[in-house]
Amino acid sequence: MSDRLYVGTRKGLFEIARKRRAWDVADVHFIGDPVTAVLARGDAVLAALDLGHFGAKLWRKDGNGPWREVAVPAFPPKPEDAGDDPHPWTLGKVWNITPGGADGRLWAGTMPGGLFRSDDGGDTWSLVESLWRMPERLKWFGVAGGEQPGISTVLVDPRDSAKIRVGVSCAGVWATTDAGASWRNINKGMYNEYMPPEQRGDPITQDIHQLAHCAARPEVMWCQHHSAIYRSEDTGENWRELKAARPSGFGFAVAAHPSDPKTAWFVPATKDERRIPVDGKVVVSRTRDGGKSFEVLSRGLPQRHAYDLTHRHALAIDDSGERLAFGSTSGGFWTSEDAGEQWAALDARLPPVSVVRYGVA
Amino acid sequence: MPKVVFTRQLERFMAAPTVEVEGATLGEALGAVFAANPALRGYVLDDQGALRRHVAVFVNGRPAADRKGLSDPVGADEEIYVFQALSGG
Repeated sequence: MSDRLYVGTRKGLFEIARKRRAWDVADVHFIGDPVTAVLARGDAVLAALDLGHFGAKLWRKDGNGPWREVAVPAFPPKPEDAGDDPHPWTLGKVWNITPGGADGRLWAGTMPGGLFRSDDGGDTWSLVESLWRMPERLKWFGVAGGEQPGISTVLVDPRDSAKIRVGVSCAGVWATTDAGASWRNINKGMYNEYMPPEQRGDPITQDIHQLAHCAARPEVMWCQHHSAIYRSEDTGENWRELKAARPSGFGFAVAAHPSDPKTAWFVPATKDERRIPVDGKVVVSRTRDGGKSFEVLSRGLPQRHAYDLTHRHALAIDDSGERLAFGSTSGGFWTSEDAGEQWAALDARLPPVSVVRYGVA
Repeated sequence: MPKVVFTRQLERFMAAPTVEVEGATLGEALGAVFAANPALRGYVLDDQGALRRHVAVFVNGRPAADRKGLSDPVGADEEIYVFQALSGG
């Protein structure tokens, strides 16, 4: 179990630790600066900042040492023949940082849709050119908090780190089996209801808010899509809509149980023009039967005039599958020790929460 | 030599003192600064070498005209001011 949480917000990184059976803020970093991604493994912490004026930055802390700025993913010079590219060749923000498996590699998903790789623990990064220079990428479009497409999730197969699934908002799910040398669009069976009718079933138009897989059975994947919740049993090739989702199928975040492939959690909201909890009640929904049915978990969560929205990287589960934590755009933050049955609010009013991650030993 | 002055906001992240450098254009002058202080480059310029969208640069009291190519001429006794364009909330 993990006793430490890293919570990136619009105005700082909050380190939240569990002591004497309760969670409390233990330290604050980068106060005032937007934090867009964080990864804590061993005694190293990587934090991505989005400085409004001065661009996206990456900082690293080792053990009790000081934070030091490290190289941030950067795009190569835009070639003359890339004039029809609708997206900038300039980093918008780092949206997630994901361990690459036993080899120590790291992946960074970014806006405007570049995937970057580091083989030195995040000190230097290189653009995955095979994905970026794919002609199909020109069809990607932005909806997620701006005009740029963003790589919302990077999932590395725990059994074979060369097998990676990347979720894009907006551009569906892309798969590589050769550590990123080649890519193909998968995700059959999804339906994006806000697109023009003839494009709604096109895999490349699908708005992948977030993907998650069961670590012990990574062929089982979950997707919180803009239009619905989906589940796949073949590593994202084919998807089935989970129509039993309640109180709604709309939301951003999903957490998969690390060992039980039938269990996952979501933080639903009224779809989609009104991005608030259904009836002003913050709840977490959980399925334990592969999506046939959903439970609505609300014990300890605000049930009256609560307008907290949870973004796609702001729900986390620890390696035990028992501890969960999530934060909201209103600065609410809750933890559970029992798989979501009971929740406890953090005694703090945080800035808007963008990312929640457990520290992993 | 042209003088380059940076917003004090940058001091939260690194030293960015006022410096006098060689250079006949904005790009040459900034390039000379970044040669001595490489970490500063990414705070002022984007991946393609253009001025960041929310960074403002004045050359001798006027906004830089060529924000991508940085070709604005800079006189020997002129000043370049680098500061943040106001945004956000």
